[in-house]
Amino acid sequence: MMNYVSEPSRPPAPDAVHAENVTVARGPRTVLHHLGFTVPRGQITGLLGPSGCGKSTLMRSIVGTQAKVTGTLEVLGRPAGHPTLRSRIGYVTQAPSVYDDLTVRQNLDYFAAILDPGRATAERRQDVERALTDVDLTSRADALAGNLSGGQRSRVSLAVALLGTPELLVLDEPTVGLDPVLRRDLWNLFHDLAATRGATLLVSSHVMDEAERCHRLLLMRDGRILADGTPKALRTRTGTDTVEAAFLRLVDEATAEDRTKETTR
Amino acid sequence: MSTTTHPARTTGTAPASALNVSRTAATAARVLRQLRHDPRTIALMILIPCLMLILLRYVFDASPRTFDSIGASLLGAFPLITMFLVTSIATLRERTSGTLERLLSMPLGKADLIAGYALAFGAIAVVQSALATGLAVWLLGLDVTGSPWLLLLVALLDALLGTALGLFVSAFAASEFQAVQFMPAVIFPQLLLCGLFTPRSDMHPVLEAVSDALPMSYAVDGMNEVLHHTDMTATFVRDVLIVAGCALLVLGLGAATLRRRTE
Repeated sequence: MMNYVSEPSRPPAPDAVHAENVTVARGPRTVLHHLGFTVPRGQITGLLGPSGCGKSTLMRSIVGTQAKVTGTLEVLGRPAGHPTLRSRIGYVTQAPSVYDDLTVRQNLDYFAAILDPGRATAERRQDVERALTDVDLTSRADALAGNLSGGQRSRVSLAVALLGTPELLVLDEPTVGLDPVLRRDLWNLFHDLAATRGATLLVSSHVMDEAERCHRLLLMRDGRILADGTPKALRTRTGTDTVEAAFLRLVDEATAEDRTKETTR
Repeated sequence: MSTTTHPARTTGTAPASALNVSRTAATAARVLRQLRHDPRTIALMILIPCLMLILLRYVFDASPRTFDSIGASLLGAFPLITMFLVTSIATLRERTSGTLERLLSMPLGKADLIAGYALAFGAIAVVQSALATGLAVWLLGLDVTGSPWLLLLVALLDALLGTALGLFVSAFAASEFQAVQFMPAVIFPQLLLCGLFTPRSDMHPVLEAVSDALPMSYAVDGMNEVLHHTDMTATFVRDVLIVAGCALLVLGLGAATLRRRTE
């Protein structure tokens, strides 16, 4: 069921991510099936779906760390994984990836040096300070990352991704395990990044109340995109009051569809 | 089904080939900074070779000749073993903590990472070997005909070889338990066959042939050349070149195990 959209000479995609027919195999299993979607620039796009539906694999594909990706996947106008994209994308994995035996500041200093070794020390220092302020960890800057709480460590990981003002931020479940106050603060930060720094954010979550805070949503289930649109459009389309209800409605519909397919087969 | 695919960029060969000096230096500094937060490991790395040499000196109290040959050989073996262990665990940690994936999604060349590690652990190896060599030669009466500097050079190359081997095997270890078990698997056979316990010419011909193919044999051989000759002999130069070549080869293999894209 491949639908070839007639393609007139398309101008360079203004979207941050443009995916057509993206399929990913992991071992013998196909985890993403012919995905087609776009992530518009300067907005927060939420990637929602039950755990195991392929959110992380899709994010890894976009960042360029996933093997065996077929189809067309363009990120910031380049094929995903292109070397020039490495300094333009900030990526936060689900588990905080920082050095536990370095202080918060030493972690940031190191990653800042890797990102752009040519920059003046003073400028780099400023960048580090700003990232620390963004995630509200200035007071813990000289603590060993290993001695921080889980929520603090994941904020260090986020701060690393904010270094160098990336155009695209790919955040895999950045608010897991955070208290409501911190979650609110982080979402305010995300909106601020999009509004004032022009960043594009792709944020995955399985907490549906966070979905309401996104400009656009991609709902995933079982390696497929179930729906794509603004939270409002999704609610209207499904005749529900919340994104959560909309998502459940769509999942039920899809499950029912799967069943009828199986019985008719 | 046909799909238009972007060239599957499995490696990122283009930027990885050129070494970036500041990224390498930053990585080396970071590795040393991590160690500084772990003073016990530093103390163990620096002191244990010295203690072993002192132990050995009095084990062979009655036969200083034996101490000369075994002591010199061990000066080569220590850096290799320590750096092997430290590197395999450190790289395994990078792999499991996600920092490696993060680094490889950033503009860091694989050569930068490997050179950074080699530089940091090489620096520690210099300190370790200098102390051990100094102790052996000046306090324990190890009788070296050649220059102690040459001993130090071989020790440094051994450390590099250990770093390379550790980096390489860490790709095949899924846990710290497995990584530690690679030590007896990779290092012990070399230790047994390198001529430390008995001259290689006295071994079963098959084992002698095997030992000819193992890099540690040449490390120990090089140490013994310095022990018995005042000048740099041709054999010494050959030994040094073989150890250095092996280290570079294994570092290259190690680089191949670092993948930007994983499943």
